[in-house]
Amino acid sequence: MDNVGGIAGRIFAIVAAPVSLLVEFGGGAELLFDGIKKHQVTLPCQPEPWHIRNLLKWIKQTLLKERPELFIQGDTVQPGILVLINDADWELMGELDYKLQDQDNVVFISTLHGG
Amino acid sequence: VGQCVRPACRAGGAETPAPTAAPTMPATCSACGSSPAALRRPKTGHALCRACFLAAFEEETHRAIVAGRLFRPGETVAIGASGGKDSTVLAHLLQLLDQRHGYGLHLLLLSVDEGITGYRDASLAAVRRHQRRSGLPLHVVSYRQLYGWSMDRIARHLGPRNNCTFCGVFRRQALDRGALLMGADKIATGHNADDVAETVLMNFLRGDVGRLRRGAGAGPAGGEGAVPRCKPLRHAYEKEIVLYAYFQGLDYFSTECVYAPQAYRGYARALLKDLEAARPSAVADLGHSGERLSLRPDLRLPARGTCQRCGYVASQPLCKACVLLEGLDRGLPKLGIGKYRRLRDKLRDGQPLTQEERRRLGAPAEGEPSEEQEPRGEPGTDEEPWGRRELRVPRDLDF
Repeated sequence: MDNVGGIAGRIFAIVAAPVSLLVEFGGGAELLFDGIKKHQVTLPCQPEPWHIRNLLKWIKQTLLKERPELFIQGDTVQPGILVLINDADWELMGELDYKLQDQDNVVFISTLHGG
Repeated sequence: VGQCVRPACRAGGAETPAPTAAPTMPATCSACGSSPAALRRPKTGHALCRACFLAAFEEETHRAIVAGRLFRPGETVAIGASGGKDSTVLAHLLQLLDQRHGYGLHLLLLSVDEGITGYRDASLAAVRRHQRRSGLPLHVVSYRQLYGWSMDRIARHLGPRNNCTFCGVFRRQALDRGALLMGADKIATGHNADDVAETVLMNFLRGDVGRLRRGAGAGPAGGEGAVPRCKPLRHAYEKEIVLYAYFQGLDYFSTECVYAPQAYRGYARALLKDLEAARPSAVADLGHSGERLSLRPDLRLPARGTCQRCGYVASQPLCKACVLLEGLDRGLPKLGIGKYRRLRDKLRDGQPLTQEERRRLGAPAEGEPSEEQEPRGEPGTDEEPWGRRELRVPRDLDF
């Protein structure tokens, strides 16, 4: 009895656990976020798991201070913005479909400025 | 892992795999086969770990330098350093590769201060930090010193468009003059594959036959200015330059020039990004096409001569910088922009212009206050405005 309840409780907890992330902006992208490069965030509980796709929507609603078209284009990031998940290229991690884990580190680097 | 207290979460959770299921992990590095991959290379799609990527990037740059025969032992090379990502990576790499492979070069940093408040002062701070860390000598030349006009002042007269025309022309001369003052044999700039591809596109879009003949901006070395130039990073995709800087922890400055949003290059860049999304090798292939371009032999193209006023390289009687400055000094800032040959000829022949003609050339409307004087700097410092006349008669600058 105790076991079954415990396991069931753990499954529900993993689905619904709050996700804490370190979200960073660099390469000039931080200018759209009040110049702040590092943001420690906790995503709100919800039944659906958090993917990069809905993280972007959340960032646009919650963190983005100006000119959303410079960060987001449609469903995804503006071309020219690199995304790293735990220091790895998001192209290796499923891009928008990557499922976020607690304590993940997501970095957005803009390449759109002069060198 | 805490348990969410909301009834909806506790009641409605969907089926999920057991907690032991691994989260998404990147593939293994295709070079060393052991470490997890850190990036997917844009041109080839290969997945490399951090260490293998850094090594590959450095090795490829070295091979491009050797294959292009960009340097000779004993040469003094001025690195165009803006404090941005490309020139920071370039300076770091050249110093590293010079030591590692014994190129035998004297390296120095050369920066141009265009006089753009809030943009250039911050990026020059990044260059100075790099200079302190690397120990390379640094020289800064400013538009105010060389021409008597900062970009801020030009923009006040010209308006929001066409600033990049002035800046590009002035910067080219500024780099040459700075390099000559420092005794450099060559200038190295941080142009990357994306820059080159954009330039090729722009030259095609504008029908700039003169530049298309010269490799559409894609060739390894340029002999256009007074000092030979090279672009050691011209094969490197911008994404890899950014990631190289990121993984190496290189400190660079990045923000958009305040005058850039109206620049034509922005359109070419947007087009290139879309093309790259469809076919990633497009960036490299555009450079490849540009380098191999050849024009019809029957085309009549301008010959290379020297400017009558300052002696710089020019295909017209006056070099572009002198034409632009002429306009600025006369209060007709648009003189050098657009096709105003007839009006320029009138000026040259000493004929007066009508009010309408002056207006078309950008003269301020009647009743507008005259512009305030730019503050003069302290003598003996970078800010000292040398008399422009002296610098424009190149007594000791041998073009």
